[in-house]
Amino acid sequence: MAEISQSAETVTGTSLTGTARVKRGMAEMLKGGVIMDVVTPEQAKIAEDAGAVAVMALERVPADIRAQGGVSRMSDPDMIDGIISAVSIPVMAKARIGHFVEAQVLQALGVDYVDESEVLTPADYANHIDKWAFTVPFVCGATNLGEALRRITEGAAMIRSKGEAGTGDVSNATTHMRQIRAQIKRLTSLPDDELYVAAKELQAPYELVREVAKAGKLPVVLFTAGGIATPADAAMMMQLGAEGVFVGSGIFKSGNPEQRAAAIVKATTFYDDPDVLAKVSRGLGEAMVGINVDDIPVPHRLAERGW
Amino acid sequence: MKVGVLALQGDVREHARALASFGAAVSAVRRPAELDAVDALVIPGGESTTMSKLAIEFGMLDPIRKRIAGGMPVYGSCAGMIMLADRVLDGRPDQQSFGGIDVTVRRNAFGRQVDSFEGAVVLTPFDEPFHAVFIRAPWVESVGPDVEALGRVTDGAAAGRIVAVRQGNLLATAFHPELTGDLRVHRYFVEMARAAVDG
Repeated sequence: MAEISQSAETVTGTSLTGTARVKRGMAEMLKGGVIMDVVTPEQAKIAEDAGAVAVMALERVPADIRAQGGVSRMSDPDMIDGIISAVSIPVMAKARIGHFVEAQVLQALGVDYVDESEVLTPADYANHIDKWAFTVPFVCGATNLGEALRRITEGAAMIRSKGEAGTGDVSNATTHMRQIRAQIKRLTSLPDDELYVAAKELQAPYELVREVAKAGKLPVVLFTAGGIATPADAAMMMQLGAEGVFVGSGIFKSGNPEQRAAAIVKATTFYDDPDVLAKVSRGLGEAMVGINVDDIPVPHRLAERGW
Repeated sequence: MKVGVLALQGDVREHARALASFGAAVSAVRRPAELDAVDALVIPGGESTTMSKLAIEFGMLDPIRKRIAGGMPVYGSCAGMIMLADRVLDGRPDQQSFGGIDVTVRRNAFGRQVDSFEGAVVLTPFDEPFHAVFIRAPWVESVGPDVEALGRVTDGAAAGRIVAVRQGNLLATAFHPELTGDLRVHRYFVEMARAAVDG
């Protein structure tokens, strides 16, 4: 990564802040955990009580963005302050794709991670944010390996596979996790001299492609997001290779958020133990009603935002 | 020697890889029976409130406390240090640690993620400084008489704060040696654990 500018690194005495290691390391500490969408301090407390490793502050959960339409933006700073004061776990917040000033504001507010998110209305249809320029780390969505590597090139310190947010339909998250996993696996099987063309096809830098081919994994943590509504959904994503789970509308659009949130946390830790999964899946009340992704007209599909 | 890594949440794989490089048989520990099968334990970095909650709900709190009381060697990094501390400041009211090290630890003591940093720490067991990575890290606010302070922050606002401690067979660091290629802390722990286990 030496050839990429890392302008946010700051030296104080013998210490460095804002380094790639510190940013990526933060995501390593979230592994095996659940990050929950919240729109109020009260919801953030419920998430923390349930064992969330972090909360994601946003203006409206994706299901409401879908129902209400309109332009969706960064959350109100007062609301973010309120959420930061309400909990002791890390607080993430969403900025619009390409909206580097929203990201500057979120950094100034002291959020622990910025999600440059397709769930909000994009602010730039050509460029994503130059994430190297920030001390705060970024997570970005990806539907395939090329997209993930382009975001990492721009400085993303964590990737989440995209699903179709606000639907409660896990099928897109499944498709994208399988896609990313299959593309990584393919790279590991290629002879060295075919990695140049692989990089061209992925539209990603050769150095990163070679790194993935050697390690058999992304150089940053890979979570999954979008459409996860049940403990079994979360466990399935973990079995498909996700290192952790984002849950959006699935919790606070369900009948019993407290219990469902706690159950998804347990299911994420014991993702490979069907006895635990059966136990935690009982008596959760109504899951979010949900929408089939196929019923959403193509222009309204969020996962297809970002490139 | 069998070393378990507590796998309720956190950077389990990085610790497992570091331990395996010193010839330890490494396994993930999430259940009491898996704890029974190991000679020593590592508590990884992660979110201490989540680990505490899962440890309580899945019946791991008392078994781990009993093993610690029985002399099992344990190493904890960051959240793991919080889990090994007898007293935790700025935690959740219902947060429980395993305890064992007679220290008071302050959670998120260095600040939020934008304050997370890497830098050199002098550790008494080693000749050369250790390049340490601190992520929303705790520090040790006070230590009891039987606790050995192994390292302190060298400069900046937190200069002098204790960030590595040992008490008997228990070792804890506020930073994450598992995120660097420098495996001296893990080697130190494996040697310490071998000495304790082989008696």
